[in-house]
Amino acid sequence: MAAPRDGTLSWFLALTLGVSLIKFLLIKAYHSTDFEVHRNWLAITHSLPVSKWYFEETSEWTLDYPPFFAWFEYGLSHIAKYFDEEMLVVQNLTYASPATILFQRLSVIFTDLVFVYAVCFSSCVKYRVCFVTMLSLKAYFVPSFVLAVLLLWNFGLLIVDHIHFQYNGFLFGVFLLSVARHFQGRHLEGAFLFAVLLNLKHIYLYIAPAYGIYLLRSFCLIQDNSDGSLKWRNFSFIRLAALGIIVCSVFALSFGPFLALDQLPQVLSRLFPFKRGLCHAYWAPNFWALYNAADKALSVLGIKLKLLDVAKLPKASMTGGLVQEFQHSVLPSVSPLITLICTLISVSPALFSIWHRPCGARGFLRCCVICALGSFLFGWHVHEKAILMAILPLSILAVESKDDAGVFLILATTGHLSLFPLLFTTPEFPIKILLMLLFTLYSFTSLKRLFRPECCLINTVESVYLSGLIPLEIFCELIYPLTSWQQTFPFIPLLLTSVYCAFGIIYSFFRLYGILLRGPRYTTKRKSH
Amino acid sequence: METWAVASICVLLGLTARWTVSLNSYSGASKAPMFGDYEAQRHWQEVTFNLPVRQWYFNTTDNDLKYWGLDYPPLTAFHSLLCAHIANLINPDWIELHKSRGYESPAHKFFMRATVIFADVLIYIPAVVVYCLYLAQGSSKTKSSALLCILLYPGLILIDNGHFQYNSVSLGLALWGVLGLGCGHDLLGSLAFTLALSYKQMELYHALPFFWYLLGKCGKLGLTGKGLILLVKISLTVLVSFALCWLPFLFDPQQTLQVIHRLFPMARGLFEDKVANVWCSLNILVKIKTLLSVDTQIYLSFGTTLLAVLPSSIKLLMKPTFWQFRLALMNSSLAFFLFSFQVHEKSILLLMSVILSAPPFVLLSMLPLLLKDNLFQPYIITSLGFIVFSLYLFSAVDRSSVDDLRLGPCCRLTGTNFLWFSFSTVVKLQFALSVLTMAGLSFMSAALEPPAKLPDLFPVLVSACACVHFLGFLLYFNLVQLTESPRSDKKKIN
Repeated sequence: MAAPRDGTLSWFLALTLGVSLIKFLLIKAYHSTDFEVHRNWLAITHSLPVSKWYFEETSEWTLDYPPFFAWFEYGLSHIAKYFDEEMLVVQNLTYASPATILFQRLSVIFTDLVFVYAVCFSSCVKYRVCFVTMLSLKAYFVPSFVLAVLLLWNFGLLIVDHIHFQYNGFLFGVFLLSVARHFQGRHLEGAFLFAVLLNLKHIYLYIAPAYGIYLLRSFCLIQDNSDGSLKWRNFSFIRLAALGIIVCSVFALSFGPFLALDQLPQVLSRLFPFKRGLCHAYWAPNFWALYNAADKALSVLGIKLKLLDVAKLPKASMTGGLVQEFQHSVLPSVSPLITLICTLISVSPALFSIWHRPCGARGFLRCCVICALGSFLFGWHVHEKAILMAILPLSILAVESKDDAGVFLILATTGHLSLFPLLFTTPEFPIKILLMLLFTLYSFTSLKRLFRPECCLINTVESVYLSGLIPLEIFCELIYPLTSWQQTFPFIPLLLTSVYCAFGIIYSFFRLYGILLRGPRYTTKRKSH
Repeated sequence: METWAVASICVLLGLTARWTVSLNSYSGASKAPMFGDYEAQRHWQEVTFNLPVRQWYFNTTDNDLKYWGLDYPPLTAFHSLLCAHIANLINPDWIELHKSRGYESPAHKFFMRATVIFADVLIYIPAVVVYCLYLAQGSSKTKSSALLCILLYPGLILIDNGHFQYNSVSLGLALWGVLGLGCGHDLLGSLAFTLALSYKQMELYHALPFFWYLLGKCGKLGLTGKGLILLVKISLTVLVSFALCWLPFLFDPQQTLQVIHRLFPMARGLFEDKVANVWCSLNILVKIKTLLSVDTQIYLSFGTTLLAVLPSSIKLLMKPTFWQFRLALMNSSLAFFLFSFQVHEKSILLLMSVILSAPPFVLLSMLPLLLKDNLFQPYIITSLGFIVFSLYLFSAVDRSSVDDLRLGPCCRLTGTNFLWFSFSTVVKLQFALSVLTMAGLSFMSAALEPPAKLPDLFPVLVSACACVHFLGFLLYFNLVQLTESPRSDKKKIN
């Protein structure tokens, strides 16, 4: 959307206000069980002493985020009591009075301000403008405008945070601030912020390797040889020690109380529940979804060709959130260790690359995206929402390089469509379609305009694949429910969506590797005001 | 970015606002036994589907007119019939005769909301897009901003997608009528407006300008030559389209009379409920509703309305340009709203459909209605969004010099000497004051309890304040229209 040059409000504030108003309008929308999860955590942290936080089991949604998030919920609970005290009673399971809903939704909208601040701050760092100027800037640079829209109005973030209900906005804000610090060269602060982030939501372990290698290579090793290779003599132990102290003190602050209470094993078992199954109830569109689908297809084929005995096959799924692990029928079963090994293998080339050929903070960001994607594709019990960890940082790279823009378009469109099954209720159906169309249309047209002198960002094959998403969606949401198979095979639409999107995401992963290893081509002329 | 992309994004934003507001409650939700406008629309589907046409407007054993009897023209009835056929395919329980009274379910709500959005997408939104992109003046940025602001206009969203009505159909058709006239397709424009009139009788507010404009245009072409031919063609178009819409009711004079009787319930008095027009506000001081007989009230309102509309009508007849036509639309609808008989709060929507800069008081005047429907939250959000974005996109507050407000000719004619610098300050102050008053009254209406002796204090205050503002606007627009000089350069969208 083109913004005019003069106005009483800066374009950044206008964008923020616009998306916030949509968030307010979504207060009455459907919310998932994650709403009850967070209400339960508010109750646990408010009503019980710290020693009981990770032992409390009244509700099935036990506390499984690191201690800093528990303290965050504790802080929120003190405001919650002015809205409705009943929500803070642990026994009030699935309590959802209008005041509770209002409070929880408002808490997400207001903590999103951290994200807004982070976006503004990153733009300031990138375009070397001071903060106040950024907020009052009436004229704009097209890339920063596009980036602000891609981040603030991100479809996935909107529906996961403000409909489904989660707190990814403010967590991603902390991540963005950490990255911005690295761009500024203030690595200690960046490391500090990342340590805090890890103690807020441990899923960010997915990108910890990138941080580790980058900091070791670009921060601890002060100088390189003239040919760019390592100069081990310049390894600064002081810097390493500083990093170590910062990270360890953050972790000490977080886990210290539980260590003192001798509860560390319990906390860790809550944080890493490996009994949950290879895949989530709805298969995230990763490699294992394809693996499972192949296994199912082979078993069906095997039964038809009389090569397999039906009685000998283990029953049903590898899914089912809170239940035990299941075996695959035809292909070898997969254990958590195998997924870890696969993940490490998938991200190692990227880590080697930034070790041997560091490309500064941009290379680090690209490596973060690859680590996030690699972990998404090969991790154990991955949630489809984790795709946002790859899409959001990629937005930053997308406004600078044509290649990244192309990959972003594929990854974002496919990743966002894979989030559709999260909102399965009828009233939210038009909203998710409209918001998806809005974001997709904007991202395609604005990125095309940004790189206008170049030819198309995506080629014919990719266009055909992306266009295939439309009939897929129509079939899964409109046609299939009207058939009789809906009763007997209700998981088919989910399976189809997972499998189809998995191809796009795996493809984006390889494209990103290509760009990393080849080195990105940045546009020389950029449209700026 | 290309215009089509920007326009699509504006449309998508407008639709998103509409669907999210649709998530909220509707008029009369769970309020047995009468419920509200939502139940009225459902009931009309029930009546039109199950009963023969000759019974639709009559009081029979099967059709109790006291329970939301049909009181809109036949096109609404046919629209309800169409929706009823679709409803029947999905779930016949929704429109079962008698048994479906007060039927409420999430699926039914989704269906009803979907019918409103469908009508929006089919009729209203294309009209707005065509109007903004092809008929409005200014750069493409101005046009897109206008498009966004019109589509985000809270009044229509809150009433149609919140409270529940189908105003977008009649407004959309009327807008197509305006578009037709603006592009020179007089016949199509007349046809569209006739359809609008056959959908909701409130479009009569806009009827006079259409009439005078077309008559004036025929006159200018020469009443003995081309003008006469055009006049005949337009008359035929209008008559034939009316006939087609009212066909089932024209065979029996009793039917026609009964329909008209339902459309214009004269026995109900000068006004009902608290509405922001002159009679309701006058009633605070002088209880005219009880002092005068119903007949006197009818003549009084008829007379004053005609008087209020007269100056702008004559000017339009003398000078039938498109810009005059638009001003006349504004003046005519304001005059009718302020002075005519049995005006409802929702009629206020008619004022702001064609023009962009809606003053905050229009929204405020609908507040009492929205509070009853539990739509306060979306009201605040959409109003805030609209005011902020129209300010951002149009720097509305900055365009307040005498020239911008088109009062230049007026100043020259009357010889008044507005001090240039203070006039814009006055206008800015006025705008700020109206926004503040709106905020204050909204807060008071929602948060405070009125004193026991004056239970209707807040709705009355809201209506009276709004009325004063509308009278001001009537004066302003009449001045602009009447004093317009022969130069017709840049037409402001305002």
